[in-house]
Amino acid sequence: MTAPGEEHEAVKEAGASALPGPETTRPPAPERDDRRRAAGGGTATDAAFTALLEDSAEELYEKAPCGYLSTLMDGTVARVNGTLLEWLGLTREEVVSRLTFPDLLTGSGKLFYETRFFPLLRLKGEVNGMAMDLSLRDGRLPVMASATLKTSADGQPLLMRITLFDARDRRAYEAELLRGKKAADEARVRAEADRTRLQSALAVLQRSLLPDDLPRVPGMEVASYYHTASLDQLGGDFYDLFQVDGSRWAFFLGDVCGKGPEAAAVTSLVRYTLRAAALHDSEPEAALTTLNTVLYERYTGSDPRYCTAIFGVLRPHPDTGEVEISLASGGHPPALVVRRDGEVEHLRTPGGLLVGILPTANFTTAGTVLRAGDTLLLHTDGLTEARTGADRGLYGDAALTAFAGERAPVGASALVESLTELLHGFGAGLDDDTALLALGVPVTGAGTAGGATRQADAATDSRSNSHETTA
Amino acid sequence: MDVRRRNNVVVTGRADGPVLLLAHGFGCDQSMWRLLVPALSDRFRLVLFDYTGSGGSDRGAWNAQRYGSLEGYAADVAEICEELDLRDVTLVGHSVSAMVGVLAATAEGSRIGALVLLVPNPRYLDAPEEGYHGGFSATDIDELLDSLEANPGWPQWLAPVVIGDPGRPELTAELEEVFCAADPEVVRAFARATFLTDSRADLAGVTIPSLIVRTAQDAIAPLGVSRLVHEQIAGSRLVTLDATGHCPQLSAPEATARALREFAGVVNRR
Repeated sequence: MTAPGEEHEAVKEAGASALPGPETTRPPAPERDDRRRAAGGGTATDAAFTALLEDSAEELYEKAPCGYLSTLMDGTVARVNGTLLEWLGLTREEVVSRLTFPDLLTGSGKLFYETRFFPLLRLKGEVNGMAMDLSLRDGRLPVMASATLKTSADGQPLLMRITLFDARDRRAYEAELLRGKKAADEARVRAEADRTRLQSALAVLQRSLLPDDLPRVPGMEVASYYHTASLDQLGGDFYDLFQVDGSRWAFFLGDVCGKGPEAAAVTSLVRYTLRAAALHDSEPEAALTTLNTVLYERYTGSDPRYCTAIFGVLRPHPDTGEVEISLASGGHPPALVVRRDGEVEHLRTPGGLLVGILPTANFTTAGTVLRAGDTLLLHTDGLTEARTGADRGLYGDAALTAFAGERAPVGASALVESLTELLHGFGAGLDDDTALLALGVPVTGAGTAGGATRQADAATDSRSNSHETTA
Repeated sequence: MDVRRRNNVVVTGRADGPVLLLAHGFGCDQSMWRLLVPALSDRFRLVLFDYTGSGGSDRGAWNAQRYGSLEGYAADVAEICEELDLRDVTLVGHSVSAMVGVLAATAEGSRIGALVLLVPNPRYLDAPEEGYHGGFSATDIDELLDSLEANPGWPQWLAPVVIGDPGRPELTAELEEVFCAADPEVVRAFARATFLTDSRADLAGVTIPSLIVRTAQDAIAPLGVSRLVHEQIAGSRLVTLDATGHCPQLSAPEATARALREFAGVVNRR
């Protein structure tokens, strides 16, 4: 039922709001002047100005570049403009008082109107830019609908005023955007799958550059740890431990310059060269000299490759329980010996150059003897160059020395375990690969190692190694 | 699990009155009841809530599996009844929540004593082969579901993202006016559960006093559909309000409240 009074009210309202004062009383003067000059006399501009003055509120409403309609609160159309009637292909008589706004919509538009448009309009008093489709005799017209409520003096809603904009182009554009978004989503899923595949391939390759298991060394406890800084990059750190003959084992640990596949290729070359060299002549200096020659010859010219490394040989003496160590270093941080009493020694090898950088290189050898409760620690500089504390300063050799000494007497596994915890504690401050290799002589007999929690007798050994990767 | 927080439960009205649990439908939240609450609060204890994922509920508690079917929404209702230790509840379910109410009322150990089905529709989709007219073709429903994908007509549902933009303090004030906010993923799941479910077979299981409230003209719940609901629920009452549209609690709150009061009077006399 249409209330005539309300419809009349709506007409007045539409006229008043469609033609705001400034548009008729104050045309933009500067623009007018410009046009006058351009027209060379101004008669055309005058005609336009006259047309503007004569443009009635009614005409602005009827021929607006958008659809207007006013409905009662039950949706019954009370007033509609010519633009909308033209879109619909209906006459005013067919629409006013006979149809409701949802009658003009497609099925999904009706669902949208009842579940979303009307509740929000009633609760908020306005809705903006809602997408729906008008149902036409021969198809549909996508529109963007905005609406406000006209209320009585006491706040009762009287009318819905609805404006509809032709949204064909915009909807097509949005459909295009949606297609683009879907394509991008699919591409991202593919890229993530590719990355996962790459990472698992890299992880396999990385493991191939490290020993699967450390061998059993009679009378010793050995442990290792490898931290990979990035899932997407092969690290350049390496280590190994293997038997040379009936009484001796060789070990090495080092750091190839750079990262990625090129560094991994060098790492592989270094590892197998040192293994082969050790079988040929296991003197530490000789092994590093062989490695130097191989690297220098293989990587000459524009792509020099080099590494730092410690190579050593150990000989356990089952009769005394002592282990004799002899090692050489090329440009690598010195190995630490953590004595049972907490003293920490650095096995310095003065003059040892980076391996592979010069055609001939001299390496010097250092030696020591490990006794019960002593542990030898080899590490790469990822540990000492981690950024720590509020000032992001380097962790440093002194801190490492103190850390190790405080834990004495400490077995190889316990030392690697506590260093692993330390590394985890660095968080983002640890941005480089880090390798640890510890070789220790367990304390024998119960009660002899004050405070030692890990004990192993001479007949057993313990080995542990782990590879760790952080995302 | 804090059900009160999860479902943004609000209790109002007369503390010692009979309990009305008001369940909103698809597309909005408990603000749907804003105009009805003042007309009922003198007599009833009113319990309002938002389904998990809708309105002011805890979005984090939502998951696609549970809320992919109406059973998940019925579980919300049951858990609210338990948490608040409500008994002899009259559940007023709007639109799809009428069918959620049917599920909750026929479940084991239900605390629901009476049911008001406000403009119910147990199957929105036409079934021409059965001569059933639910109101919408498969195309209509597909279009609506598609339009939820990236419809700029649902801007309020994206609005909470901009909360707390310090550069635009006016947004905060604006957002306080936002009703029926929800997340697009939640809306899609709710829409699918609402418009693709056929709950007609559940109606016959209702044995508690039931009232079906419809309006004279409702595109979403055609008259034939409410008649079917009335026929399927034994002993149910059917009231046609002097109103039109699918939201009588907004368009005719007084008439809706009157129907609820009359029904409560009948139920209480039993």
